[in-house]
Amino acid sequence: MVRLITHNLLACHAKDCNTNNFPLQFKDVQLEIREADFNPEFLKGFMPKIEWKALVETAIQLGDTSLPLEQPEMLDEEFLKNLHHVLLEIHVEEGSMTCPNCKHVYPISNGIPNMLLAEHEIG
Amino acid sequence: MSRPELQAPPEIYYGDIEAKKYTQNTRNQQIQADMTYRALELLNLPPDQPAYLLDVGCGSGLSGEILDEEGYIWAGVDIAPSMLEVALEREVEGDLFLQDIGQGFGFRPGSFDGVISISVIQWLLNAETSHPTSSPPHRLNRFFTTLHSAMRNPSRAVLQFYPSSDDQIQLITSIAQKAGFGGGIVVDYPNSKKAKKVFLCLFVGGGGTQQLPQ
Ligand SMILES: [Zn+2]
Repeated sequence: MVRLITHNLLACHAKDCNTNNFPLQFKDVQLEIREADFNPEFLKGFMPKIEWKALVETAIQLGDTSLPLEQPEMLDEEFLKNLHHVLLEIHVEEGSMTCPNCKHVYPISNGIPNMLLAEHEIG
Repeated sequence: MSRPELQAPPEIYYGDIEAKKYTQNTRNQQIQADMTYRALELLNLPPDQPAYLLDVGCGSGLSGEILDEEGYIWAGVDIAPSMLEVALEREVEGDLFLQDIGQGFGFRPGSFDGVISISVIQWLLNAETSHPTSSPPHRLNRFFTTLHSAMRNPSRAVLQFYPSSDDQIQLITSIAQKAGFGGGIVVDYPNSKKAKKVFLCLFVGGGGTQQLPQ
C-alpha cells in the first residue's frame, strides 16, 4: 500500500542522514493497481508539494511512462488522469526502499514499509 | 487494571488478540469515532479544500475509516504490526507504515496539511531501555521536531491523549513548544472523570493569529 504520493514525500530518517537522502530507491517490487476516486481539485492542490523529477523517475522505474519530464503549466484532464493514476493507483506491495545516502534498507511486506531504525541509527 | 501503557510497550501490548479485541469492541469504536470527529473539528481545515493528512498511531484504522469517509487522503504510522494487519483486513485506503514515532519521521518539509492522533502519545512517556535515545524527553523531542518540519505552514496537529498527571501535560507541552509549535491544551468535559478528554492542539505558523479553539 505504498503509493507514490507518499513515497514522493518520504526521505530517510536515520541519524545524521540529511543530504541526498531522497527519494528512497525501490527494489524488487511487486505492484498492484487499485482504482481510486478521481479528484482533480485534490491533485491541483497537491502539485506544489511534488518533487517532480523524483516522481517521474520513480514512475518510469515502476513501468509507467505517462508523465512529462517537465512539470506542465497547463493542467488538462488527460494530464491530471495520468497524475492521478501514478500518485494514487499504483501500490507497491512487496520489495524494499533503499536510502541513496546511508544505504539503509526499508523492507516492504504486505504493502507496509518497515521504518524502524536500529539503536545506532536513531537521531 | 493499570493503564495499558504501563503494562508493556505498545507493539507487545497490542498483539494479535488484543488488536482484534480492541478493534471489535463497539464501545472503543464509538469513543474512537467521537474523538476523531472532534479532532477533525479542532483541525479546522479550510472547507472544500482536499487535504493530505497524517494519522499518528493509526492502529487498526478506526480513525482512518472516518478519514476515508470524509474524503481525505492520508498516511498512517503505527508501531504495532498486529494493529496494522487488522487495518489491512479492514481495507482502509491510507498508506500504512510500521514506525516508532519516538524515532521521528523522515517526511519532507511541508508534507501534511494536518495531523491527528487518537490515544497515542501517552505511550511516549514510558522509557523502554536505559539507552539515552529512549528516554521520554529525547523521544518526545525527536517526535515533535520531525513532526513540525513535516507539516505545512500554516497547519495544525490535534493529538488526543491520556495524561496521568499535570506534570506529564507540562512535559509534553513544553517539548512541543521548544520544537516550534504554538497552541496548547483543550479539555472537553473537564468536570467528568469518565468523559474528560485532553487534546493537544498544535499550530505551525500562522503568524500568531491562530486561536486556540473552544
Ligand atoms: Zn539514509
